[in-house]
Amino acid sequence: MITIDNVSKHYGAFQVLTDCSTKVSKGEVVVVCGPSGSGKSTLIKCVNGLEPFQSGEILVNGISVGDPKTNLSRLRAHVGMVFQNFELFPHLTIIDNLTIAQIRVLGRGRDEATQKGLQLLERVGLKAHAAKHPGQLSGGQQQRVAIARALAMDPICMLFDEPTSALDPEMVNEVLDVMTELAQEGMTMMCVTHEMGFARRVANRVIFMDQGRIVEDDAKEAFFANPRSERARQFLAKILHH
Amino acid sequence: MYEFDWTSIPGALPFLWQGMLVSLKITAVAVVFGIAWGTVLAMMRLSSLRPLAWFAAGYVNLFRAVPLVMVLLWFFLIVPQLLERLLGLPPGADVRLASAMTGFALFEAAYYSEIIRAGIQSVSKGQMAAASALGMTYGQAMRLVVLPQAFRNMVPLLLTQGIILFQDTSLVYVSALADFFGAAYKVGDRDGRLVELLLFAGAVYFVICFAASQLVRRYQKKLKTA
Repeated sequence: MITIDNVSKHYGAFQVLTDCSTKVSKGEVVVVCGPSGSGKSTLIKCVNGLEPFQSGEILVNGISVGDPKTNLSRLRAHVGMVFQNFELFPHLTIIDNLTIAQIRVLGRGRDEATQKGLQLLERVGLKAHAAKHPGQLSGGQQQRVAIARALAMDPICMLFDEPTSALDPEMVNEVLDVMTELAQEGMTMMCVTHEMGFARRVANRVIFMDQGRIVEDDAKEAFFANPRSERARQFLAKILHH
Repeated sequence: MYEFDWTSIPGALPFLWQGMLVSLKITAVAVVFGIAWGTVLAMMRLSSLRPLAWFAAGYVNLFRAVPLVMVLLWFFLIVPQLLERLLGLPPGADVRLASAMTGFALFEAAYYSEIIRAGIQSVSKGQMAAASALGMTYGQAMRLVVLPQAFRNMVPLLLTQGIILFQDTSLVYVSALADFFGAAYKVGDRDGRLVELLLFAGAVYFVICFAASQLVRRYQKKLKTA
């Protein structure tokens, strides 16, 4: 589904990503973790072309993201993304947040889009809030809406960029629950997250990044039982203690 | 000691009202076209296409660096002839109003574009990213997501600029166009009561502009609590 092949990126002289390669197969859930500044968010944003990269290739469903001839908007319409800061559109109601791209990008009718939106809101437990504005919802609720908004586009895969990092601790689980459910339904997912409990529960593979490189790329069991690199061991020791 | 004599004002009110209509017309046209052209300029200035950005920056800097009254004079001298030729108007047709509107709109666009540029930049980058991630093109993301938020933040500033513009319309007196100020001047000149008429005009400008800024302030407060 997603193939990342030898991707490198730099901002001027600063190397952000160095020769990153990995694959995410259909139905697979891959968790990307690592210390801050390791390039994990940049890598996931390269997958839908939000961040350009200078060398290497990324294929999503066989389409090259870096190719200037690729219609990126069309590709992104089917790759869902959830951001750290939710990024709901504050000037629109919750239901309009869910329908605007369905109508304007996919060309669905308003009724169809609204129906689909309400269905997804119900699924994330927020149907009662459809007429509210994002500012009236808690962080956890906003992030669930953001997930529903991405799902409304019928994505072929979902990218999560630290979806719980900006949340108060008591709201983390409501978001992880939605993500877990999604994973269990067979959605292809690539998640940048520090939630190791989530990784243990639902990930197939864990990628560990440090200083712009993919240091480990292993089945979940192997990664947690016996990380190969010293850096990953230290990282796990630090975050699993809490 | 100067003796005030206000008796020439009541009879001149219909004429002054005609002048006020001219002032309001110029203000309205300049605000609408200034904001429209200013939005285009702001988007050009933020564009990654260098020539567009340079053009917009040059335009804005030029108009912000010359006095308004001079721009108006240029337009009174150039635009009437241009319009005559373009529209095939008979020589001597009165296009002073049209040229004043054009001059104000083009001049104000430079100021509006800076307000709008700041407004666009006040919308977080994540909003553009989220809109793009949903498959919107750059134009859709701007139109549907970024600009509506930018304008909502900018409304008070845009209105304040409109109030300043309303005051500045008095500068059309250089073309002898009878706006409110020009009309007051004419009446005062005719009756030898210039001091009274200008005081009266000043009071009217003050009342309108002060009331309008109070409304803007109240709106701003409402925006903050919403």
